[in-house]
Amino acid sequence: MEILSLLIFIPLVGALLVMLLPRRNPSAIRVMALLWTLGEFVLSLFLYFNFDERVPTMQFQEKVPWFPEWGVSYFVGVDGISLLLIMLTTFLSILCILCSWEAIEDKLKEYYASFLILETAMVGAFCALDLVLFYIFWELMLIPMYLLIGVWGGPRRIYAAVKFFLFTMAGSVLMLLSILAVYFHYGQETGIYTFNILELYKANIPFPKQFWLFAAFALSFAIKVPMFPVHTWLPDAHTEAPTAGSVILAGVLLKMGTYGFLRFALPLFPQAAWASIPVMSILAIVGIIYGALMCLMQKDLKRLIAYSSVSHLGYVMLGIFAFNLQGLEGGIYQMLNHGISTGGLFLIVGMIYERRHTRMIADFGGLSKVMPKLAAFFLIVTLSSIALPGTNGFVGEFLILLGAFRSYIPYGVLAATGVILGAAYMLYMFKRVMFGVVTKEENRLLKDLTKREVVILTAIVFFIFAMGIYPQPFFKKMDVTVTHYLKYLETKR
Amino acid sequence: MVFTLPEINFGWLLPEITVSLTAIVVLLLSVFFRQERAMTLVGTISLIGSGVALLFTWNLWGARVDIMNSLYTIDNFGTFFKILSLIITLLVTLVSLKYVKREGLIKGEYYTLVLLSTLGMMVMVSTNHFITLFIGLELMSIGLYVLCGLLGENVRAVEASLKYFLLGAFATAFLLYGIALNYNTTGILDVRELARFINSGEFSLTPLFMAGMALLIVGFGFKTASVPFHMWTPDVYEGSPTAITAYMATGVKAAAFGAFLRVFYVAFSALLAGWSSILWLMAFLTMTVGNVIALVQDDVKRMLAYSSIAHAGYILITFVIGDPSLSSSILFYCLAYTFMNIGAFTVVIMLSKREGEDTSLEAYAGLAGRHPLVALSMAIFLLSLAGVPPLAGFMAKFYVLAAAIKKGYYGLAIIGVLNSVVAAYYYLRVIMYMYFKEGEREQGRVDISASYSLVLFVSTAALFYIGIFSRDFLLLAGEAVGIFL
Repeated sequence: MEILSLLIFIPLVGALLVMLLPRRNPSAIRVMALLWTLGEFVLSLFLYFNFDERVPTMQFQEKVPWFPEWGVSYFVGVDGISLLLIMLTTFLSILCILCSWEAIEDKLKEYYASFLILETAMVGAFCALDLVLFYIFWELMLIPMYLLIGVWGGPRRIYAAVKFFLFTMAGSVLMLLSILAVYFHYGQETGIYTFNILELYKANIPFPKQFWLFAAFALSFAIKVPMFPVHTWLPDAHTEAPTAGSVILAGVLLKMGTYGFLRFALPLFPQAAWASIPVMSILAIVGIIYGALMCLMQKDLKRLIAYSSVSHLGYVMLGIFAFNLQGLEGGIYQMLNHGISTGGLFLIVGMIYERRHTRMIADFGGLSKVMPKLAAFFLIVTLSSIALPGTNGFVGEFLILLGAFRSYIPYGVLAATGVILGAAYMLYMFKRVMFGVVTKEENRLLKDLTKREVVILTAIVFFIFAMGIYPQPFFKKMDVTVTHYLKYLETKR
Repeated sequence: MVFTLPEINFGWLLPEITVSLTAIVVLLLSVFFRQERAMTLVGTISLIGSGVALLFTWNLWGARVDIMNSLYTIDNFGTFFKILSLIITLLVTLVSLKYVKREGLIKGEYYTLVLLSTLGMMVMVSTNHFITLFIGLELMSIGLYVLCGLLGENVRAVEASLKYFLLGAFATAFLLYGIALNYNTTGILDVRELARFINSGEFSLTPLFMAGMALLIVGFGFKTASVPFHMWTPDVYEGSPTAITAYMATGVKAAAFGAFLRVFYVAFSALLAGWSSILWLMAFLTMTVGNVIALVQDDVKRMLAYSSIAHAGYILITFVIGDPSLSSSILFYCLAYTFMNIGAFTVVIMLSKREGEDTSLEAYAGLAGRHPLVALSMAIFLLSLAGVPPLAGFMAKFYVLAAAIKKGYYGLAIIGVLNSVVAAYYYLRVIMYMYFKEGEREQGRVDISASYSLVLFVSTAALFYIGIFSRDFLLLAGEAVGIFL
């Protein structure tokens, strides 16, 4: 087994082991899950440092024929884009296990096993270079997430879980048809029947057909991102999911949509992608502004953060569809940032919820006096979400706006209004929760952060500053890939 | 007087002979011993009998001969379906070992009838002759008419039996009438000769012949439970003993599709343009009606009945295309469907009790807490039915859709996948009850005896295995449909 297969399947083995542990020993289950995610992270660090950033092609490739007559193979590999997302996945998974330490008391084994299976599916989807393999991992993500929301979620969890599942599935089945259509088109054109995307990139699909195929892929990924008209599952899923579920949903699963655009929808159907720039950009901008406006009037903290995700992911999409270096790199960077800072926000809300069992903004006020440590962390993460210079958010958003201005000035102008709104809703929320006087008696006795929580948030804050002040290492990993990628898109224009 | 037997190598018929002999032995034994213990004995015997028959059938793989003046044919296509029906019989018998005792079905005929129906399935898929096909179909059906009504004290069982018998008799009559009309115009009863005749210059499509073809579609449509010939299905499936429901939903469907496929892909393949548009409509209706009605069912058994209608619709997608080399996906679908459906029905059996079968959704509430493994396997069956990778159900849908896309049937493919989203909703609903809800009333413990658990284990393992190594099975199915090429 090579490193990528290890990365993909180690969590699955972990899930099986967790299931075999005795139920009466909860701490063993927790420790076991933590050790597996830690091991996975170490392994991904190994991948990170062995990754050669000068090579534009896929690295660590592994290819095992699976159904050779049909051209299906177990084909995995990483480039600069997927590498960073894998790092994000393995990093956030540790935090998710840690933040569930006390919050989850029920059906522990199933919980951690679902989580580890989810990790397998996520890493697998980021590595897959075969469309069938990708689809399998893509669909596999649904079930553990469905269970995480449905079993360990809030009061309306069933509604949210079903909505999440059906939305995603509706999108992905159309993508499946589109995958098959690309496959047969390429097969009939060249005589080579394969699901290998590196091969399929060479397909020349005539325009009207390309448009429909792109539309099917785009719908599927847009639901996952989520882009404006198909985002409605997200606030429900986020609000009802347990903290770790929200973190992983916002941190990684949404990136699956934007990653899908980058890896599949754009390079497979480049002409259609170029033609769709106006539509996608406008939808992205609508998402940015609409998400931000919705945030201003939310009463529930988690719902607010969920809508802010719609807004932030709008930036990512805008950056990707700027089709220039700044936009793309900014978009990818913002994918990481959003994972870190929104993940951080969900973690903090989770910590407050564990103490107070409410997420309503109106129930708080003046928390900074009671919980000074939490207030400090919360402020940093909030500022990162607003994209204050010096934090990671700034680098990403700045590049995206730069890209948008270079692409078409009105896009840039409109998107920039979102920055202002972003500052408005985040600071307004922060003020209502943290500042002022303590009005509710219950809030006076809240305990400040425990050591475990400090560790979790320190890790988040470390990356917020590291990525904000010294982003070079991250860009270095993706520079060659993205330049190469853009060149490819330009030739296919 | 001296009888001379026709020159038959009985070796070709070993599976059929084994099944018949077992049926007779079981019947005789059950006449003499009528106690509960004897049921286990005869059950075991029929288990062994069908196992041996399975081994014999396995050895026939690759053979291709006509025997008894072409009345009977051994080829890979028939062998595939024979293996499938024997697997189904094995699983159903295994479940029945325990089930008949609980339901008080202390009747030796039970196993005899199951074996004879299986014999009927085996006959109807391994012939190119309409008369033999008809005999097989009747043998299969008549056994089932009785089996449906075995729970005689239950009103719904009587209804099921009567309904199935009356409508089934009509359907077989239609089928026979179709055969007769075709015979009337062509004078041919052999499927391959019919194909030769249609391809020759002498043939012209008369209204009478078309009517014959239409009646054949009606007959097969009834047996495969395709809309609009599906009306009997929910009531019959609901009223029958659950083990028999599983047997019908998988075995009868597979055998009927086998015969349907052989007749239409061999004899009428030249007339594809004529029948494929009718079947297009049937596929559309079957998927949609099955799924939409299944949405509102609160009874799991009935929900599975409607879902089995919908699955016939997915199979019809490939049927419509009429491409022999792609039809292997039909065989693959039948294979995958067998395990997920029998598995799901087994869980239904485990959860229901003797006093008035309780198959409502409520009974599933909180199952994951009480019996995690049973809930897990039910979840796997349901997810496979919904078509979630990497389970066999996904690969089955994948190959069906691939066939549709390859031949440009985009409309049907889109209808198919949208239907699978609808279907996902009601399959998830059961999972939701099992995992997300707590049982409201006191539920007794579920009977986890070896016979049930074994079936659950085999089915789950098969679903993963067939899903992940689908290549081997699809290639096998490809060899089976080699007879059409």
